[in-house]
Amino acid sequence: MLDLHLYMLQRISALIMVPLVLVHIVVMIIAIQGGLSVAEILGRTQGSVFWFLFYGLFVLAVSVHGAIGLRVVVHEWGGLRGTWLTGFTWATFGLLGVMGARAVWAVTFA
Amino acid sequence: MSAVPRAHPLWLAYLLHRLSGVALTLFLPLHFWLLSQAISNADRMDRLLTLTELPLVKLAEFGLVFLLAVHAFGGLRLMAFERMHWPDHQKTLAASAVGGAVLISGMFLLRAL
Amino acid sequence: MGEPTRHQDSDIRVEVWRGTAEGGVWQGFLVPRHDSQTVLDLVTWIQHYADQTLSYRFACRVGMCGSCAMMVNGVPRWTCRTHVSRVVGDGALRIGPLRNLPVIKDLTTDMDPFFDKWTGAGGQHHPTATRDDTVVPVRPDDPARVAASAGIECINCAVCYAACDTVAGNPDYLGPAALQRAWTLVQDEKDGGRAEVLAAVSGKEGCFNCHSMGSCSQFCPVGLDPMRAIAGLKREALRGA
Repeated sequence: MLDLHLYMLQRISALIMVPLVLVHIVVMIIAIQGGLSVAEILGRTQGSVFWFLFYGLFVLAVSVHGAIGLRVVVHEWGGLRGTWLTGFTWATFGLLGVMGARAVWAVTFA
Repeated sequence: MSAVPRAHPLWLAYLLHRLSGVALTLFLPLHFWLLSQAISNADRMDRLLTLTELPLVKLAEFGLVFLLAVHAFGGLRLMAFERMHWPDHQKTLAASAVGGAVLISGMFLLRAL
Repeated sequence: MGEPTRHQDSDIRVEVWRGTAEGGVWQGFLVPRHDSQTVLDLVTWIQHYADQTLSYRFACRVGMCGSCAMMVNGVPRWTCRTHVSRVVGDGALRIGPLRNLPVIKDLTTDMDPFFDKWTGAGGQHHPTATRDDTVVPVRPDDPARVAASAGIECINCAVCYAACDTVAGNPDYLGPAALQRAWTLVQDEKDGGRAEVLAAVSGKEGCFNCHSMGSCSQFCPVGLDPMRAIAGLKREALRGA
């Protein structure tokens, strides 16, 4: 159920996310010192083209990666097949993508 | 995991990779929802963020960072195994992935406390 | 040479799966324990002395044919090469049919799906020469030949197939044995069907489903490494893509 294309999409999205994840974890380690607040987060991200692109790319990659990942799990462990499986994959991609995009927008240019 | 007779180190690595991936994917919508409160309800978001002071929440965050790191390192091990001619020492690499994840999430926890 | 020593007070409680494709039960037997007993010896004793209706497969009894493969305490093994002393826990043992294959009766499974996938992955030689052509020497230390040779000793016992969780969750997945055979062909310079084999293994049910959990290599009684072979297939299949 994972053909060449889905396999490559999974690997490519993973590779894209490697540097993004590392930067994100480091930023989080720095950010949580002294507590978290909306002001502190927005102070870093609001109006920033860099963080918009950074997290925008992150959301796109994770939506693809998470959707394909869950696809494999619901097939192998849940027995989902055919149209239901395809529908589930697209729905996961859509949910992560839309919610992620809203979150990115919220902290950058909203 | 000796309760599962077929368990062996690389199988455990597979299970950890799968479960961490599922957990992270299920966590993401919550994470995204919280961040988008910055536009719709900044006050509520600030209130929710104060929850991050609770030790239990810090522990949960530590857990999430661990899962993210172990998933990423494990994934790198897999991709290196598949793409490059490094078939040996997979068990050592798998253990190192867990070790690296503990290190990074441990750093997070120390900074968080 | 006398009788093997019988351990009177440590008879073994053996639970054997009895049934068909429709379903079954675990049936208990008390089997006399002897020195140097294998799990196949237990099954044989049960069929000879306790219940003649028990169905099971075996042939060589000496670890060469792979016919006696079964699930022993949840792990696929050759029963003729499994000493009871190594696997009996608290004097009890569970013996069932190989996982991931349809059951015919009791401990015998239908191997057809396994062999269908073997050929489905392109697992037959594609000749490039006739008997009238010169024999082309193949250097045994050639890296491709070494890689091929590492996988050709497979005797199709299906232990790897039974061990694989990906096969369990994805019944159409070709599986470790079929894919390893395909790899040996891809590495064989005498085989003319390289492109054909790579196409066969890179479809929806092919090598890209493998999660490298390594149960195949962990449990292969011949010591082969299908996990490594499948990683090689992924590389080769992408190279051509």
